[in-house]
Amino acid sequence: MCGIVGIFLKNKELHSQLGSLFSPMLTEMGDRGPDSSGFAIYRDKIEDEFKVTLHSPSKNLNWNEVEKLINSKLNLSIKISKISSHAIFKTKLEPEEIRKFINSNFKDINITSIGKRLEIYKEVGMPLDVLEQFNVINMIGSHMIGHTRMATESAVTTEGAHPFNTGSDLCLVHNGSLSNHNDLRKWLFKEKGIVFQTENDSEVAAGYISYKMEEGLSLKGALENALDDLDGFYTFAVGTKNGFAILRDRIACKPAVIAETDDWVGMASEFRALSRLPNISNANVWEPSPGKVYSWGA
Amino acid sequence: MDETKKIDLKNTEVRELNRMLQKRDGNNFNYFNIINPMGAHAIATGLDNEIDVLIDGHVGYYCAGMNQQSIVTINGNAGVGVAENMMSGKVVVKGDASQSAGATGHGGLLVIKGNASARCGISMKGIDIVVGGSVGHNSAFMAQAGNLVICGDAEDGLGDSIYETVIYIKGNYGKLGADCIEKEMNEKHFLRLEKLLDKANIKDDPKKFKRLGSARKLYNFDVKNIDGY
Repeated sequence: MCGIVGIFLKNKELHSQLGSLFSPMLTEMGDRGPDSSGFAIYRDKIEDEFKVTLHSPSKNLNWNEVEKLINSKLNLSIKISKISSHAIFKTKLEPEEIRKFINSNFKDINITSIGKRLEIYKEVGMPLDVLEQFNVINMIGSHMIGHTRMATESAVTTEGAHPFNTGSDLCLVHNGSLSNHNDLRKWLFKEKGIVFQTENDSEVAAGYISYKMEEGLSLKGALENALDDLDGFYTFAVGTKNGFAILRDRIACKPAVIAETDDWVGMASEFRALSRLPNISNANVWEPSPGKVYSWGA
Repeated sequence: MDETKKIDLKNTEVRELNRMLQKRDGNNFNYFNIINPMGAHAIATGLDNEIDVLIDGHVGYYCAGMNQQSIVTINGNAGVGVAENMMSGKVVVKGDASQSAGATGHGGLLVIKGNASARCGISMKGIDIVVGGSVGHNSAFMAQAGNLVICGDAEDGLGDSIYETVIYIKGNYGKLGADCIEKEMNEKHFLRLEKLLDKANIKDDPKKFKRLGSARKLYNFDVKNIDGY
């Protein structure tokens, strides 16, 4: 089943409340996906560096050792900060270099995100626990996307949890299942050199969209292409550095509701996740049409 | 009793609410007003007595499902499967309805003042559905009996594999579903449509509507298909 939610703040004055607006949305979707929960937050833009968030399934991993190894091998002076089960560091290295280095040197570390504004945190378990674990209620930023997973395509692990990030600052959450992800994964790897960390279908969708955007398409354009190239059932919520978009496949079995006011845009699998947003009774509430891209921001 | 019983879903569980509406707690109220539905699922389901229920706000999935006799009015939008499998009574949605509105309904009247999304009236079996706006794709899929009135437009696949449901549509329709065809409107149909619109309290001119129904080529066995078996 899976639940997805997203909030994009149009009014900057609300940025300080982002985490508190987002938390009840994700919690409400817990019974659509009790296997794992995750979120992406866009905050703290840094101009000349990238933020890299990491996760390791091994609980005893010594992040100081990881930091030392990265610094000595690449002649850098990064600092890794531990955030609960995840860790984050900043670097001037390009995303592709970082991915290549981490993937080939650390078998037990997964990159959850790379971006100038994006950070992704995810865990096995119910949303309330995950929200508390990362103190989401106090988070400040411009937009957030979240997911509660009922696993279908790959194992119930933190790596298999959403959101998925590929490229820089792009993240995707997915409700549904894709049927041509294996072929597409092979093609994206062989032809475009995109490296995937999991067997998950949704990671392939994220890879596809970032590949299309690197080819020069807008987020809207990339999603319009996805309508023809991705086969299966889906509602996607996608975030970029300054943008937010929704797409449902043409059959539209997977639900989605959008609500919009002058101050914010909210999206969720079900209306109840939006029902606590400020001024919701005056919001424009609608169900996105099948096969139509809705986008905000850049 | 003429007094209205007000129920706030902020501090009442849906299960407790439905117990009250089904009169399993022995109450004798005839009028109920539900506030703060917050998109919860299964509100006012399984009702089987002549009560009047007004819900102020948007509801989640399967609202007023399996309804018999009751009149349920939703002052807002409805989620998936509103009034599914209705037997009798009336359900009115003042806003829009999500997919599968009125699915499998055997009787009664479902009125959607706004738009309905995909698969409206799927497998309807005698219910009347009147939509003030437009409907999404594959509406009236395998519809067996009853009437579906659409004052706006319909997306592709309208009436796919339809049996004996009659569709009246004022606006445009996309590609019709298999075995669904446009049919002539005669005086009898204008009168029937006028009654349906009256019942639904929607003002429109029956003369502007077209009638669609089954070509009856699909559900009867055709001897030319013998090789397929």
